[in-house]
Amino acid sequence: MKRLALGLFCALLLAGPVAAVLPEEQLADPVLEARAREISQDLRCVVCQNQSIDDSDAPLAADLRAIVRERLTAGDSDEEVMAYIVARYGNFVLLKPPLDGQTLLLWSAPLLVLIPGGLGLILYLRRRGRAGAVEPTPLSAEERRALADILKTGDAP
Amino acid sequence: MRRLAFIIPVVLFLMVAAALGLGLRRDPSILPSMLIDRPIPAFDLAGLTPDDPGLASSDFGGKPVLLNVFASWCVACVIEHPMLLQLQAQGVTIHGLDWKDEPGAGADWLAQRGNPYALIGSDPRGRTGIDFGVTGAPETFVIDGHGRVRYRHVGPITPQVWAETLQPMLTRLETET
Repeated sequence: MKRLALGLFCALLLAGPVAAVLPEEQLADPVLEARAREISQDLRCVVCQNQSIDDSDAPLAADLRAIVRERLTAGDSDEEVMAYIVARYGNFVLLKPPLDGQTLLLWSAPLLVLIPGGLGLILYLRRRGRAGAVEPTPLSAEERRALADILKTGDAP
Repeated sequence: MRRLAFIIPVVLFLMVAAALGLGLRRDPSILPSMLIDRPIPAFDLAGLTPDDPGLASSDFGGKPVLLNVFASWCVACVIEHPMLLQLQAQGVTIHGLDWKDEPGAGADWLAQRGNPYALIGSDPRGRTGIDFGVTGAPETFVIDGHGRVRYRHVGPITPQVWAETLQPMLTRLETET
């Protein structure tokens, strides 16, 4: 039983992510097919929105995959194929949105967070470094005697 | 300076909260249409049966109409259907696009439920729908007298959508042309 479970577990580990592209959808030309796969991986499925059309099983994603392959067979460049889909569904379908007025905030957000955060961290570390450099005040005579007592008896007074 | 150190995080928090709060109110599944204020894509589709005249982009223009994307497999279309029949009875011109349907299925579906459409185009491969940027059925486009798309509604037309959005828009477009 244990061996069976282990075997099944190992079989599960072998299962990799499988694209939704069906054999009959694929182009005979391996170079064109590779380009089609690459383009499809950058295009968002408009039905299940967090998958690329390469991953999605939605019928509309299958149609868009077919369109990508048709355009490539017709001699379109990768950019032209992308533009064809964007003309119909907008920049939303690009999983990597282009840098423009609308996405400026999106692309600059990491810098907007990193720069003030980094400055704050530097200021904080500097201030703490200066505080750490202060000499510790020496023990008073009374404290020294108490410490000696503790060390001698191993017990607090 | 000390006080600023307390105010800045609060202001930042309020800004982020406002941005996220606005995001909650948007339905991310509804994409903006690329066709707003642009002419409809060119198409020429056959009808559901050989006797039907079909639907072409040249059928648009003259007066504002609705173009309704439907399919026999579409569950929400069943809900929307009585509303379309009601609009037809009120004299609203609705053209239909039978999107990605099996041959004959759209005709059977309408034979059972009644036909609210003036003209119907059959789009079994879904390419005309894709040219319109359709993401699912039902979807309804408001097309003005110049054959330009003016509005896109995703989902069934409810009495509220009709009264608050589509009817005022059609009335306005009628005075425009």
